[in-house]
Amino acid sequence: MIELSINNIKVKAEEGMTILDAAKSVGIKIPTLCHMKDLFPTGACRICVVEVDGRGGLIPSCAYPVEEGMNIDTNSRRVKTARKTIVELLVENHPQDCLICVRNKNCELQDLSEIYGLREHRYAGEHKDHAIDISSASMERDPAKCILCGRCVRMCNEVQKVGAIDFTNRGFTSNVTTPFNKGLNVSDCILCGQCILVCPTAALREKSHAKEIVNSINDKNKYTIVQIAPAVRASIGEEYNLPLGSNVTGQLVTGLKRLGFKKVFDTNFAADLTIMEEGTELISRIKNGGKLPMFTSCCPGWVKYIEQNSPELLPHVSTCKSPHEMEGAVLKTYYAKKMGLNPEDIYVVSIMPCTVKKFESDRPELNIEKLQDVDAVLTTRELVRMFKMAGIDFNDLPEDEFDNPLGESTGAAAIFGTSGGVMEAALRTAYHELTGENLQSLEMFDLRGGGGVKECTVDVDGMDVNVAVVNGIGNVDPILEEIKNGQSKYHFIEVMACPGGCINGGGQPIHQKPEKIVKRVQALYEIDEKAKHRMSHENESVKKIYKEFFIEPNSPKAHDILHTSYVNRKAILHTKK
Amino acid sequence: MHDKIFINYTAKDRSNLIALLQDVQEIYGYLPEDALLDVASFIGMPLASVYGVATFYNQFRLTPLGKYVIRICRGTACHVKNSNNILFALETELGINAGETTRDKLFTIETVACIGACSIAPVISINEEYYGRLTVKEIPKILKKYKKEAQKMNESETQSVGA
Repeated sequence: MIELSINNIKVKAEEGMTILDAAKSVGIKIPTLCHMKDLFPTGACRICVVEVDGRGGLIPSCAYPVEEGMNIDTNSRRVKTARKTIVELLVENHPQDCLICVRNKNCELQDLSEIYGLREHRYAGEHKDHAIDISSASMERDPAKCILCGRCVRMCNEVQKVGAIDFTNRGFTSNVTTPFNKGLNVSDCILCGQCILVCPTAALREKSHAKEIVNSINDKNKYTIVQIAPAVRASIGEEYNLPLGSNVTGQLVTGLKRLGFKKVFDTNFAADLTIMEEGTELISRIKNGGKLPMFTSCCPGWVKYIEQNSPELLPHVSTCKSPHEMEGAVLKTYYAKKMGLNPEDIYVVSIMPCTVKKFESDRPELNIEKLQDVDAVLTTRELVRMFKMAGIDFNDLPEDEFDNPLGESTGAAAIFGTSGGVMEAALRTAYHELTGENLQSLEMFDLRGGGGVKECTVDVDGMDVNVAVVNGIGNVDPILEEIKNGQSKYHFIEVMACPGGCINGGGQPIHQKPEKIVKRVQALYEIDEKAKHRMSHENESVKKIYKEFFIEPNSPKAHDILHTSYVNRKAILHTKK
Repeated sequence: MHDKIFINYTAKDRSNLIALLQDVQEIYGYLPEDALLDVASFIGMPLASVYGVATFYNQFRLTPLGKYVIRICRGTACHVKNSNNILFALETELGINAGETTRDKLFTIETVACIGACSIAPVISINEEYYGRLTVKEIPKILKKYKKEAQKMNESETQSVGA
């Protein structure tokens, strides 16, 4: 232990701790911009500078380790002036359009400007003149609003290991951009949106579908239906200051009905359907010697990644559509027929914690007779904006139930929203299908939690089934390498592009803290524990749809409607490997 | 595709990046997109990062050089002698900005910190020839000379091909 003094408070810190963390441990907050927890510090923005006795210059606290007997002042006049000047220079360089900015009131630069009391424009800064990159289906990049903190670059390169963007040029012309400044749609980007979650300003943001959706709701000839992903119900409450991890499913349904959607369905229903299809596909691959290991296909970011980087492994990916696409497909076939609706009049909206789902819903492979399965996708953040505009406040909203028949779901579907959930749900049903019995314990704790690659072995009728869960796309390359070398021991692998799974998706509420993610995950496991049915094959509506429409999982009809194909994007794009 | 360059380097070692880029530029006179892609996969770095390095350093060019490279001195002595006007005149005459190449790939304008010929400021160089105590008036005449020269070379080439 090292003893030092910060603002005349005696602090005991461990060796190797940074000044920033030591100050935090005694309740002293030092502002940061470029700092990212658990990553190697860059010390680029200098907003975290402090004064240390006996040192000439100011020291960046995020990058400097504590030393015995240090005497630190985080609040001296010199420190405050330096910080204020940094903020002033950043602000003067930044577009002055806070009032009409999508991140208004949720912007770190705005917060710093408030904290350091900027009241005048002291420097008439030159503004950067960059075009907004609207080329991708999911995201917008507005380099004029970029303050070059580098958090998106590090998220993309060091955490996700995608490497779609980096710093280019130098000095005033510095810019975070794609190779040859060509636009995200032709870059390595998988549109996971993790960069949006770490961006302090609105330089990175989702592409909004809200206008189209409002138009459709107001169109009398359209039958606008909405579905909600599992992860949204555990996070949207945060935007209304409800306790972390509040499950607000009932309020969400009421809110969506009040927005004017004709029907509110649950993507969890289709998650159960996915398990039936994917589980059956896995069993048939194991029994009939199909390509193994099989990958899950629920995460469109992961699908885009493998299409771009390792298209030769595409036969390993399950052909199942992702749950919300299945829901859309069922709505435009089975449901339309049942209700006597013209599928062309049905407009399906998905509320997703995800930015790639916007790209996915545009994929030409995901349609039935030239009708897209899903017409528009809203992120959790966009939905909150729509609710606010419509005067819908969660704090005093009554609860309501999902519409049926596509609203019923089991506990297995709820945990789709977290890393390891799809695997757990699939094993519950696959085990039952193969042995006729239930797993001894439905909870698979080996597959839960925050590890990069989680694995376990399940004994199914004397056969060891090896499964793995890849938590975050940055951890997938070694697994792909193993398969390419023919050394993989796994049968079934779940991959989620976002660290933590959909619960930490790129479309979720911003200002992330690790403890928030943990609470959200807990909320989903609670839904599972309290559910009447906890295995997908017990879903009565799913049973019914097979009886009335699909006959059995993986039937030719199910293949037509619930399965898809993939594209080799390496041939189209310049990709990294 | 660029095996001849890569043979001198170990793969997946990012410390070789700048040397590799220099070798590529040596061959092409600039850094073509495809070459950067090859370098990125050889070195095991994202293309975005390779592009970032290539744009960071002034020594690297991402567009091919013209047949005639006009270097205009923007050093102190030339500046005092109004080299700014010379640059402006060149840019207007050729319809490009400094650092760019004309569409017919004849001329590239580059600014230089100091050519080292302050006694004859303001000065420009076109390939190996130097023009000192330059005035704006002379510029069209000088450019015309090179255009004519290029045309002649073109004609003789087509003739020799025809023969």
